[in-house]
Amino acid sequence: MDYTSINNRVEQWRQRAVGVRRRGRHTWRRLALLLAILGPGLITSNVDNDAGGISTYSLAGAQYGYLLLWSLIPMTIALYVTEEMCARMGVVTGKGLSDLIREEFGFRPTFFVMVTGFFVDLGNVVAEFAGVASAMQVFHVSRYIAVPIAGLIVWVLVLQGTYRQVEKIFLALCSFYLAYLFAAILAKPDWLQAARHTLIPTVEFNTGYLLMLTALIGTTIAPWQFFYLQAGYVEKRLGPRQYPQARADVIAGSVTCMIIVFFIIVATAATLYTSGHRNITDAADAAQALVPLAGKWAGLLFAFGLLNASLFAASILPLSTAHVICEGLGFEAGIDNKFSEAPIFYWLYTALIVIGGGLILIPGAPLWRILVLSQVANGIWLPIVLIFMLKLINRKDLMGDQVNSPTFNVVAWVTVVAVIVLTLLLVFYSIFFPTAATGVGL
Amino acid sequence: MSMLHATELLGGEAYDAQGNFVGKVTELFIEPADQPNRVARYLLGRGKYLPLLARHDQVTFVAPGVIKLKVEEKDLEHYHPNEAWLAVRKDLLDQQIIDTSGRKVVRVNDVDMAEQRINGTVELRVTDVDVGLTGAARRLLQGLASPGVIRRIQDKLPARVIRWEFVNLIEPDPLRRVKLRITHQKLEKMHPADLADIMEDLSPVERHAIISSLDEQSAADTLGEMDSRLTSQIVEKLDPERAADIIEEMEPDKAADVLAGLSPQVSHDVLEEMPGKEAREVQALLRYEESSAGGMMNSDLIFVGETATRAEAVEWIRNQDVKLEQLDTLFLINGDAQLAGAVAIARLMLAPEDQQVIELKSEPLVSLPPDADEKEVFELFDKYNLRTLGVIDGEGRPIGVITVDDVVTRLRARL
Repeated sequence: MDYTSINNRVEQWRQRAVGVRRRGRHTWRRLALLLAILGPGLITSNVDNDAGGISTYSLAGAQYGYLLLWSLIPMTIALYVTEEMCARMGVVTGKGLSDLIREEFGFRPTFFVMVTGFFVDLGNVVAEFAGVASAMQVFHVSRYIAVPIAGLIVWVLVLQGTYRQVEKIFLALCSFYLAYLFAAILAKPDWLQAARHTLIPTVEFNTGYLLMLTALIGTTIAPWQFFYLQAGYVEKRLGPRQYPQARADVIAGSVTCMIIVFFIIVATAATLYTSGHRNITDAADAAQALVPLAGKWAGLLFAFGLLNASLFAASILPLSTAHVICEGLGFEAGIDNKFSEAPIFYWLYTALIVIGGGLILIPGAPLWRILVLSQVANGIWLPIVLIFMLKLINRKDLMGDQVNSPTFNVVAWVTVVAVIVLTLLLVFYSIFFPTAATGVGL
Repeated sequence: MSMLHATELLGGEAYDAQGNFVGKVTELFIEPADQPNRVARYLLGRGKYLPLLARHDQVTFVAPGVIKLKVEEKDLEHYHPNEAWLAVRKDLLDQQIIDTSGRKVVRVNDVDMAEQRINGTVELRVTDVDVGLTGAARRLLQGLASPGVIRRIQDKLPARVIRWEFVNLIEPDPLRRVKLRITHQKLEKMHPADLADIMEDLSPVERHAIISSLDEQSAADTLGEMDSRLTSQIVEKLDPERAADIIEEMEPDKAADVLAGLSPQVSHDVLEEMPGKEAREVQALLRYEESSAGGMMNSDLIFVGETATRAEAVEWIRNQDVKLEQLDTLFLINGDAQLAGAVAIARLMLAPEDQQVIELKSEPLVSLPPDADEKEVFELFDKYNLRTLGVIDGEGRPIGVITVDDVVTRLRARL
């Protein structure tokens, strides 16, 4: 071969390499874009599986075995239907839910929603720190050490980071939920039966069963998540063009959330229910009971999952609550501001952590009553927020042609009414039959 | 002159000259075309009957919770919605506005007004909007606690008000914007970086409204300071002609970044609308990978022949159409149009008239090909403490320049 043809060959190869590199970068960029959008939905749904949630799921598995697994499918749908509306409002209007409520319904309703929301979330934060305390008990660490450290970690983590960094940490925490997958495998369940009960509903008509069903749905759909989710999309500056990705994120979130629930129920059903240890009271209890049945690792993984979930929710709840309240009432908010720029935001945030964590440490504090009160506040809050959401999403001047379609409206209203009825039922039970309510891990 | 608040007036009762109840005040209208701050009309709601309008010259007394008219009910006109009226409750309360003195977006809690007596009638002039705790407390407690209690509470709270002159309304509808006499001159006077921060706090519709009503230069400067995803979102919604006008005003490297973020169809349409020279420049830049030296560079560069004297060089620069921000370094080329040196403008300034520019060049001469990775760019800037860096093609001819502000932007994005 002469010099020119070698040269040409080399040039050809070089061009091809450039092409490959360019395509590679292109694919990578698309993947990065998807990952960049994946976030709010995934995080929100996973925070749903918080300390209270995990306790309820463990109890459901321990007391009813695989029987309640079928409820996960309607729950996924309910979660998707409600969250999708927030995602859509977020990308179309570019405004947070509290902004929209303020602009369309005025100051007083907003104030009411915000104040009730504060107490609901405070109750939840208490529950998260209680989760940290009981999970660390499994690892033989005193709550007087565990809770202050957890509070400090959460406080510092958020105050030191920017939104992007914090979100990356949160996304990483999501993967720790896999602990439940391994715990479930170690528990050696009857997969066939689990699958059967997931697809074929079994309904029993006794109080205990119905109450448990109600509790499952009640812990899954919480109003703060709508605010967090919508704010997440707005903060990521997604426009209507990115709506398909946002929706994919919501679907991914709802589905993974339910998969985790599935594994928690399966893990406890295969061990505690089968062996007759049906009288556990919370998730840490379940973790301890798992040790003799499925081995030390299953128990520790279960407790680790609880710790992770509690810490995760404890970092997000105070943050999103402070954010939502400040945004709705028109105060400067967001961790990208300095303390002096957004004092009310930071004070609210700190108060939630200090009060939430502090209550756990007071010996003989009426925790039980706080949790019931928070449940009641939630029962009032959720219907209002859901109805506001449905009104907003059907406003043509806000949403243009992205308002709900008639069919979707029917689905949404049915979901919303069902969720409201179930939540009110829970409130009724927590007030009048507290003992029955303890049985479902409230 | 006493201070009144919109919250105290809205819901108040209106009585006619005979002392008969007419209706409840449900809205206050300002007519910006006439007077920018005067409450021109009061809307009186009458339950199931059609609402009536009281003009400012029909009002003799205004106090919290009550207004008195000097005419009878039959003299009042009927209400027909008018786009040219600014509604205090609907357009101001609870909405976001831009505080042009504090340079941020705030939400209105209440509207403060001052009373002016003119020949037996009372005029209300809007003086401030309340964005702080005082307004919030008033909104919350109005009607629930006695006015005395409310006043006492709000006296204890820190007040945060914005003077009406500094309030910039955000109206998405362009026709209504004209009718309401909303201009964005105050925004155009702001630093583009401040305006960009404000834009990031708004919703897409509001951002669009502002960008489309700014003059092209301000719009271009503001877009240049914004997050790239936002920039492409905004440009995609503009019509291609307007988008082209704005992008033309941007520095070519920023323009290329914006175009690279658009969908291929929109990007094509916009380029079509741009004049040939600018379009070619930007297109040339678009060929390069974003994270390469070519993707960072700007094709606006100033060069002279290496044999020129200082005086000739300065004369030459004066006759060029240069952006001042770009004027940091003068590049020298030899007879083959290859890059022969770079002269800092500061050195050029201090040199005597007849000195050869080649003697002023910085040593060593550093440059890069356009496909070099951005990391190499950062390394060179760091190593030689550069403020500008020339980019050369395969034959050694200068094709662009990277300036230190591009480097800072990239580095910050990697943090």
